[in-house]
Parts: sequence; structure tokens; C-alpha cells
Amino acid sequence: MLKIKNLKVELEEENKEILKGINLEIESGSVHAIMGPNGSGKSTLSYVLSGKKGYKVTNGEVELAGEPILELEPEERAASGLFLAFQYPVEIPGVGNMTFLRTAMNSQRKFRGETELSAADFLKLVREKAKELKIDSEMLKRPVNVGFSGGEKKRNEILQMALLEPKMCVLDETDSGLDVDAMKLVADGVNALRDKGRAFLVITHYQRLLDHIKPDFVHIMADGRIIKSGGPELALQVENNGYSDLLAEVQ
Amino acid sequence: MPLSQKLPDDLNQRISSLKLPKNNTKKRCEALKRIKVMGLPSRRDEYWKYTNPSLFNNLFSDKNVVIGSDDKLNFDSIGCFKLIFTDGVFDQESSDSLESEELELVRISDSSVDKANWLEDFYGSLEEAGQNPVDRPLAKLNTAFATDGLALRVTGKITKPINIVYNETSYRSDVNLHHCIKLEQGSSLTLIESGSVSSRLNKVTELEVAQDSSFHHVCAQTNNVDKIVSTHLFARLWENSVLKSFTLTTSGALTRNEHVVELKGNNGISHLAAACIGEGRFHHDDTVFVTHEGTHCESRQVFKKVLKKGAFGIFQGKILVKPGAQKTDGYQISQSLLLDDDSQFLAKPELEIYADDVVCSHGSTSGAIDEEGLFYLRARGVPENTAKDLLILAFLAEALAEIEDTKISELLLTYLERSL
Repeated sequence: MLKIKNLKVELEEENKEILKGINLEIESGSVHAIMGPNGSGKSTLSYVLSGKKGYKVTNGEVELAGEPILELEPEERAASGLFLAFQYPVEIPGVGNMTFLRTAMNSQRKFRGETELSAADFLKLVREKAKELKIDSEMLKRPVNVGFSGGEKKRNEILQMALLEPKMCVLDETDSGLDVDAMKLVADGVNALRDKGRAFLVITHYQRLLDHIKPDFVHIMADGRIIKSGGPELALQVENNGYSDLLAEVQ
Repeated sequence: MPLSQKLPDDLNQRISSLKLPKNNTKKRCEALKRIKVMGLPSRRDEYWKYTNPSLFNNLFSDKNVVIGSDDKLNFDSIGCFKLIFTDGVFDQESSDSLESEELELVRISDSSVDKANWLEDFYGSLEEAGQNPVDRPLAKLNTAFATDGLALRVTGKITKPINIVYNETSYRSDVNLHHCIKLEQGSSLTLIESGSVSSRLNKVTELEVAQDSSFHHVCAQTNNVDKIVSTHLFARLWENSVLKSFTLTTSGALTRNEHVVELKGNNGISHLAAACIGEGRFHHDDTVFVTHEGTHCESRQVFKKVLKKGAFGIFQGKILVKPGAQKTDGYQISQSLLLDDDSQFLAKPELEIYADDVVCSHGSTSGAIDEEGLFYLRARGVPENTAKDLLILAFLAEALAEIEDTKISELLLTYLERSL
């Protein structure tokens, strides 16, 4: 589903290399986790994948379902099936959550040449999905993420994911700022979307999210590279011994 | 300046082009005397430092005539009483009858003053009060020379909004219009103004809101392409009264909207808001002066401007809290969204407080489109231009939210969505 080949990225303004040759292949239907200490480049990877400004790709390629995406605008990547669940979902005062969700959905459908959803069909769909995620209708009426608690913001991200039905979901530290119950709710939402035709890349500091969203593969990232890959046991090793052992091992 | 002295050329020329109408003669003559002392506004006046008044002062030439184009904004779906003006002249025949409503309606141009005794004293009185501490010569000029306008005395709750619709056919290109509105105790009215009056407009509205009354006002300046517009709203509010006024401007070469509000009674509420979107040759000036005299009064000013391609925005806003106006709650925000490096916004927010138990805040910001918000929307598949439009509407939302009737605010929002 997602192929990253020797990806090297610099910060545009500082000429500072953040990603120093990432190689990663994610098969359809699988869940991969990336763990790593602060400053290892995890969030940068998620931003570069989704097309945020401010980064310069100096080398490498990224393919989504066989198509190169690095030349595409963020909205084109989204319409092609890429979804980034933000670590810090942005508050947008004045834009109603419903307006936002409907505009996003219909923009993607239009881009793919599909018919746009009518207001009634959209309302039915959004209510159904919101109910599953225990998002009350009051939250849908409010401006995007404004006045939402940390848990509500993350649930709103998962709601968007459920509505947009992307092929490739990147979750950037979705567990940050969540209590145990909220994390479980979010994880349940993600698990409900696990599907043969969909892949996940879960970026996290901690093992605890991976207790709820069970990964097939775990990668450890440090200093802009993936230094070790393995199964779920790798995450447990990090939880027990921290990153220092692994880093020492590589060095 | 003694009247015997020679008048400055620009004033002499300006006045010579106008005729003193034959009603309210006393007030008009007084106003004429005052304007001769005051003179026309000039760049040297602090109050006109950021807006060049010459287009208001100059002799108007027929060459400047521009006819209002088709405008898709109308308020028919709201269900209003329509009062029609054509080229600045009230068109009674085309207007809806208000006979079933608790109000008196006369034209200020009606020479039989007997028809409305209250008007004789009222006309020009709030405008005169608004001349202190700052001269407002254009309003004074209007009081002397206004050719038409409505005088409304409201004695009950008006059942539907009144929509003054201005139609323009180029018949007259330079118009002075003067409305007088008096809400008696316990009454209420929603007034909507829409359309384009003339190529150059000088409009004054005097408004008195008596105890326990409320006045809601929406003015849509959306059909003023290349127009030169000066408006003044002089409002006086008594105990437990409410004024909520919102102005939308989406076109015009030069627009100066002045709001002068006196909160005379206790527990009065005054909310002034405006949203404007302009580009290119677009100069938009909001000048506001709110005076708190009563206690426990609330005033809000929310002014938002979206400027692009060299458009120019001004905000001058002052809240004056007089001694004794305790428990005043004053809030003022003026913000601009600058869509490129060529556009400019200048703001002069002022607070002057002589009471010690008040809450007053003011703020002013200028900024570009929020890149984080833009990326968030695009990452969800919203194309860049649509995302920008959404963020522009979001920026204006706080001002639109000041309109109490959501049917009206939704109609304006839909209009803005269409016109972006």
C-alpha cells in the first residue's frame, strides 16, 4: 500500500537534514508502528507523507498504491486515500464541524469523479459514525475542534477517518493527551476500521497504545533512520528497557 | 470664523452646488451656519488622517456616475415590509403599506411638518450632539441639505423586518439622505438596508431608542462598485434599551461608516459589528465613538476586514466611559485578514475611562491566512482555494454572529459564500 524508498528530507529554511534515508513498505491490511525517542523524525515523516510545506525532499520516493505521491498537493494525496490523524488537531473557529466534514468528503468524492453526497445522506452517515464513536451531536455543531477536550479532538480525527474511508492511515501520536478510557475509545474506533483493503502506520512513543491497537510490525526510529524492525515484541522491549539499549546496539 | 469672512473655496463650491430644501428650515439654516464655521473635513484633521476626504468634498461631476450592477443579495426570503427608494427618492407607490403596524412614517422632505410634530425637534438634534468632541462636517452638511429620507416613529413591536431597498437608475448621482428613527418605550424594530443609492452618497441616520426598546439594524453595502459612500449613525439609548447594528461591505471605492452611540440610560446594550471584503481600489474606514453615561451598560464592537490586491482598511474606535458610568462592560476588537503584501490595515483603538468600576478591553490584529488551519483542511481533501474561502468566512464569523436573527445572518453567509 505504501512504499517509502530511501527518503531523505531537509527543513526548507535551515538546510538541516531530518530524515536520512527511510525505507519502509506497508502491505495492505497490515498495521505498522513506528516508535522512537523525541526528535527522531517521526512527526516529520508524517508531515512529509501528507505534503506539508516547509520540508524539502532531497532524495527518495514515496508510492501510495503504486502511484508516486511526492509531487501531489496535500488535497490530492488525501483524495488518493492518504489520511493523517494529527498529533495536535487544529482548531478552526468559525467553521462548523459539519460544514468541514461535508466539504472534505464531497471535495474528495468530486476529485475521484464520484457523485457528491446530498445533505440528507451525509447527515445520516455522519450521525451513524458519530454514534459509534460516542460523539454527541452537540460536538458536530461546534466549530472544528474549538473548545474540544483532548479526547474529543482525537475522536473527531477518528470520525473523519471513518467518514473519509482512506486506504492508508497515518496516526501521529494519537495517544498523546489521552487518558486510559479515551485511549481505549480511540483505539476501538481504529480497530473497527481495520480491513484487508486498508493499512495503518501508527506513530507513538509508548507501548500502551499498542496494547489496544495491535501492530503486525514495529520499527524503531532514531536520528532520521529506522534502526531496527521486528514484531510486537520489539515494542515490549522498548517499554521495559527504554531506547538506550537499542541505540547502543546499533552504534 | 465670522460669517462675514470669505468662505474657503472648496466649501463655497460645495455649498453652491446644493439647494436648501424648504422644510425644517430652521434646523437646516442652523446646520448651514455651523458648517460654514466648521468647514469641510481635511487631511489635516486628526479624524481624517487615514482617509482622504477630497472625494467627499469635491464638486461631483456627471463623469463619475456609475450605476449599481445587478446584485443577487435580496432579503425577500426573510419576509419583510419593503420600502423602496429610487435614485434617492422615496417611492411610496412601490412600497409596502405599514398601516397595520404601530408606527408613523413620514418623509423628511414632507414640508407639512404638522404631520409629525416630533420630527421638527428631532431632526438634526442627535447629529448635533454627535459633533462633540469631534467635528463631523459631512453629517452637518447632510442635515442642511438632505433631500429625502424616512422619519419613523415606532410605538409598538413591528411584526416583520422593514427592508429599505435602494434602487438606482442614474437619475441622480450625488445624494444626501437623512433618516430619523424614534423608538418609543417598549417598542422594537428590525431595519434592513440594501441596494445602492447613488454614485456618491452621504447618509445620516438619527436614532433614539427609548426605555425597554430594541432596534436591530443590518446594512448591506454590497452593490456599491466604484461608489463613494459616507454614512453616519447617531444613536441615543435609554434605560434597558438595545441597539444591534451590523454592516456588510463587499464593494465600493471609498466608504466611511461612522457610528456614534450614546448610552444615556442604565442597563443599555450597544453592539456594533461590521464585516468587509475588498480588493484593489477599495478604501474602507470604520470610525466609531461609543459614550457610556449610564451604569451597567454593555457595549461591543466587532469589526473585521478582509483585504486583498492593495485594498486599504481603517478602524478608528473609541470607548469613552464618563464619570459615574460604573459597571460598564466594554469590548472592542478590530481585525484584518491581509491576503497579500500589498494590502494595508490601520487601526486606532482608544479607551478613555473616568469611572473606576468597569471592565473594558480592546484589541486589534492583522494577519495572513493561518497556515496550520489551511494545511489541516487540505490534508482532509479540501482544495486550497476552497480551504482559503472557508478560513475567510471563519474569520468573519464573529462579526456575523452579532446579528441576532439567524435567518438574516445565514442569508448573508450564503451570499458571501457565493461571492468569494
